[in-house]
Amino acid sequence: MALKGNLRDFTVTQLLNLISLAHKTGSLVVEGPDEAVLVYFREGKLAYAQNGQEDNSLATILFKSKKLSATQHQIIKQRAGNISDKELGLLLINASYLTQQDILSSLQTYFTGVINHLFTWADGLFSFENDVTPPPDKITVRVSLENLIMEGTRRLREWEHLQDEIPSLEMALKFIDRPGVNLRNVNLSVEEWKVVSYINPRNTMRQIARANKMNDMEIRKIVYGLLQAGLVEIIRPEGAPAITPVSRQPTQSGSQEEQVSLINRLIRRIRSL
Amino acid sequence: MQTVKMVVTGPFNAGKTEFIRSVSEINVVSTERKISTAAERVKETTTVAMDFGRITVDEDLVLYLFGTPGQKRFDFMWEILSEGMLGFVVMVDSTRPETFREARSILETFRAYAPTPYVVAANKQDLESAWEVDDMRIALRLDSRVKLIRCIAADKESVKTVLLELLYSILAEMEELQS
Repeated sequence: MALKGNLRDFTVTQLLNLISLAHKTGSLVVEGPDEAVLVYFREGKLAYAQNGQEDNSLATILFKSKKLSATQHQIIKQRAGNISDKELGLLLINASYLTQQDILSSLQTYFTGVINHLFTWADGLFSFENDVTPPPDKITVRVSLENLIMEGTRRLREWEHLQDEIPSLEMALKFIDRPGVNLRNVNLSVEEWKVVSYINPRNTMRQIARANKMNDMEIRKIVYGLLQAGLVEIIRPEGAPAITPVSRQPTQSGSQEEQVSLINRLIRRIRSL
Repeated sequence: MQTVKMVVTGPFNAGKTEFIRSVSEINVVSTERKISTAAERVKETTTVAMDFGRITVDEDLVLYLFGTPGQKRFDFMWEILSEGMLGFVVMVDSTRPETFREARSILETFRAYAPTPYVVAANKQDLESAWEVDDMRIALRLDSRVKLIRCIAADKESVKTVLLELLYSILAEMEELQS
């Protein structure tokens, strides 16, 4: 029987711990609200991982880890056709272009990245199927889970902290009026500048993240830095449906004058207590 | 009979129940339970669902005060309680800076649920170890426009001041919308 549940009740840390301690072999599928992750384990060790529909071919992973240039990546994609990852790996090693270690370390970095990403999920349905192994044409690794769990727990704490500080990405950002502080004199990274360029009371943080192809963690980290530096503040986005306080009241819907009168009655009453 | 409500929120042990108790004309309907975890055993009981107080304004208007549970594991109640509120008070224990970050987070969460006016009450200002409100403003990252009011939840006059300040803010916002 498959091991199934929700990350709300059984966290990624607990799940990996179980797989590691029980030396499990099989596949783990986790379905979050917007994406899914597929991970294979062999005898309690990480063997292979895939992030949703993302292109995780060896050529693309090597390109992302800067082992292949953009041109080389494009040529392989165009000319190599349906060549499997194992065949491509052998070709690159035989051509003395890359070593086996280059390939394995690139894959390991990619797979652990998928697991680290998984640690930021608080919600998602998971299902572990025993004895399911990765597709035979894929290159697998053997990574112990202990260090991943330690690193993941650290990231989880960081993620929880960021979520506490910035609970909703549906809010917008606004520069704080600080005379004497010129943004041009502040040292920002490229990623921070990308976010800064979109700061506008109309843009929610989620929209800024999408425009910059950033995930929730990345945008929260940058916004947190800008908040701490006192450069921005979080505001309700312009154009969002304005909800006036009294119109939200369940029991009355009077005119503006009536509402003002109601507040004045409350004020008089509280004063007389 | 018309009813309006205000919500009193804040971290665990900030003084929300005491605040409502000071002005409610009924015995506060409190859903308190004995605390089980050692980490939170700074007091005997805690609110697990909500506190509920009432102030009758006149024969056809009643103000209800709802206190939210302070422990994070009950935060699912917050959205329910925030529905339809006139405004809210964020209670902060001035003597426990370790709760300031959580207070800030609760404030942001409530602002996201409903952009109604709010005030922050710096409670336990009568205690020696209480932080100065100016220091608290910086620690809580509160804009200078946000009202941060000194408060002693057990003192009725102090609680009245906080509620009045919130009502003035609501009135000011209404007038701003009108103009």
